[in-house]
Amino acid sequence: MEIETILEKYTGSQRDNLIPILEEIQEERGFISEEAIVKVSRFLKLPASKIYGVATFYDFFHFERQPAYHIRVCNGINCHLAGSDNILRKLEEELKVKAGQLTRDGIFKYELTGCLGACNSAPVIKINDEFYSGITADDISQIIEECKMKIKEA
Amino acid sequence: MFFDIEVNNKIIKARQGETILQALSRNGIKVPTLCYMEDFTPTGACRMCVVEVEGMNDLAPACSHPVEEWMKIKTHSPMVVKARKTNLELLLANHPDDCLYCVRNGNCELQKLAAELDVKERRFVGKRNKYKTDPSSPSIVHEPEKCILCGRCVRICEEVIGVSTLEFVRRGDSTSVSTANEKPLNLSNCITCGQCIMVCPASAFYEKTHLPELQESLHNPKLHTVLHYSPAISVTLAEEFGLKAGKDISGLLNAALRKIGFNRVFDTSFAADLNIMELADEFIKRLEADQNLPMFSSCCSSWVKFIEQYSPEMLHHLSACKSPQQMMGAIVKSYYAESENLKPEEIYSVSVMPCTAKKFEAQREEMTHKCITDVDAVLTTRELAKLIRLYGIDFHHNEPELPDMPMGTRSSAGKLYGASGGLTEALIRTLHYRITSKEITQFKITEARQVKGRKEFKFKIGQYELGFAIISGLVNVKDLLKDIKEGKTNLHFVEVMACPGGCINGGGQPIPADPTAVKARAKTLYEIDEKDSIKASHKNPMVLDLYQMFLKEPGSDKCKTLLHTKYTPRDVLL
Repeated sequence: MEIETILEKYTGSQRDNLIPILEEIQEERGFISEEAIVKVSRFLKLPASKIYGVATFYDFFHFERQPAYHIRVCNGINCHLAGSDNILRKLEEELKVKAGQLTRDGIFKYELTGCLGACNSAPVIKINDEFYSGITADDISQIIEECKMKIKEA
Repeated sequence: MFFDIEVNNKIIKARQGETILQALSRNGIKVPTLCYMEDFTPTGACRMCVVEVEGMNDLAPACSHPVEEWMKIKTHSPMVVKARKTNLELLLANHPDDCLYCVRNGNCELQKLAAELDVKERRFVGKRNKYKTDPSSPSIVHEPEKCILCGRCVRICEEVIGVSTLEFVRRGDSTSVSTANEKPLNLSNCITCGQCIMVCPASAFYEKTHLPELQESLHNPKLHTVLHYSPAISVTLAEEFGLKAGKDISGLLNAALRKIGFNRVFDTSFAADLNIMELADEFIKRLEADQNLPMFSSCCSSWVKFIEQYSPEMLHHLSACKSPQQMMGAIVKSYYAESENLKPEEIYSVSVMPCTAKKFEAQREEMTHKCITDVDAVLTTRELAKLIRLYGIDFHHNEPELPDMPMGTRSSAGKLYGASGGLTEALIRTLHYRITSKEITQFKITEARQVKGRKEFKFKIGQYELGFAIISGLVNVKDLLKDIKEGKTNLHFVEVMACPGGCINGGGQPIPADPTAVKARAKTLYEIDEKDSIKASHKNPMVLDLYQMFLKEPGSDKCKTLLHTKYTPRDVLL
């Protein structure tokens, strides 16, 4: 859906609708682009800096295209003690990018995150909405391969 | 309504509805502040002003907590002092230790507080946030590493200037002050007014200095250096050298500048007179044709950038006249160069302005003529003071001197440019003569001298009943532009100055902007006007000479090439 179409739905609304608008744009377009910020700012008659300020305040808004597989490595105390560091190192080795960076093919991105709330099965990683519990660094290669296969099939 | 409160075991009077801080300062009790700005909505962000209030669990921020009748306050109890010191130490934990090499060394609020609170060591050692310095703007350098996130720049940019270039982005310990999409300043909607510099307690913002190139050129024997200083400079600079605020030191300044080695010292007020001549001519032409009215002033380069960005559809209202800085620059490199038998490229032309936007203006491509810039370097008042100190000039042991001819003679109307409303006043004086062929009898136009963000008044000149509007503080122009678009106004001329109070309170002036000093500067300008014998631009003999010998008449083809300019819409993130 075009940004304009989303904005049309909010005709007449004020600044209190900023977050719902941004959420809907992200849902539709995958991320909040510069273009989206400009358009929302014109639509709500707010300075672009204010829109950007609010959007960056919340972790759940993204400003670049998101990967097909977003890997979050839990770094809660349990997972940390159970070796999340090793998983992280292995990911760097496999994907050849640093944490937080998008791989060149745009498929993967991994990063450390706060406790994911699955401490009993530490260490855990979460790929998009799916949990992988009790894994070790050795499992990583296979998991990555599986993801790549799924992409190929699709 | 007043009531008693107890502060440090003494009874003082507090007023209903004011904050604790206001009550304390009225009674001469000083509490340190950092994020606090008078006349702005308090945010209570920095917690430097905390006080102990009996019966309250936590320390209260004095700047944002309303004073109440039952209060017993301790402003300097051990608990309070310790809390303040810890707060400051935490701020310093993320601040570089390079005071010696910092532009604000000796004039830094953070440094002052650290001394006051007796901070002797770096108690909290941690990883500091690393940021890149943004030198992209032609006027302002942004160094986020120095930022303590007090938010003063964010507030002035929004509430006084009205462009909201700056805003807090991200959160928690990764918060920083930045622009929309974190663009560098030159690609943002920054209008380069420099008010962020004026309110920054540290040195997160400072002007892009032109001093190194200038010094090099001063010692280059092939270059003929010409300097001219804005009307607001001579009534401000005194403060930098420990003299009374508002003292006019143009004589001492001329002497100092000659000692530094400038070949010629001119007064930009001359160009202000020239500007009025052209402005009046353009205005009368528009008035007679009833076209493109109201006419907008174009002296303030921040305002020009603002309208290019925000209301490009209204650009035809803007006067085509260059600002006095650029007019002077153009005349120096044409008429003056010719008369001195110099090539324009052999002249290094320097202006001193109370403003950072003038640095931006000087590098606009419209301001170059055959690849030669009208003005080569622009100094702020602060940079000028630095230059004078650098050259070891003892200000107080100089004999006052006069500026050089021919561009050293000015009318007091040209001098009035320094204060908001001054341009309008000067314009009315010349318009009166041009329209009725008679001099105005009442020179002082009180309506133009009020201290207000938006002033409007009617003035009768000959058969015309003319409407004038004066804006100081750019945020006030937004409603005016809206009113004009909706046809709600009956105006003929609009003067806009981005900084509140005009150039005497510009972004290049001494830091901090002291409101009493700004008032004193305006008062001096009005006193000069009172005493001066030449009170109108069209009476300036040197300006008349210039027309006779070189420019022919106001609005001539030569004037159009040299003294007029054009504007282009700008596409930036608003």
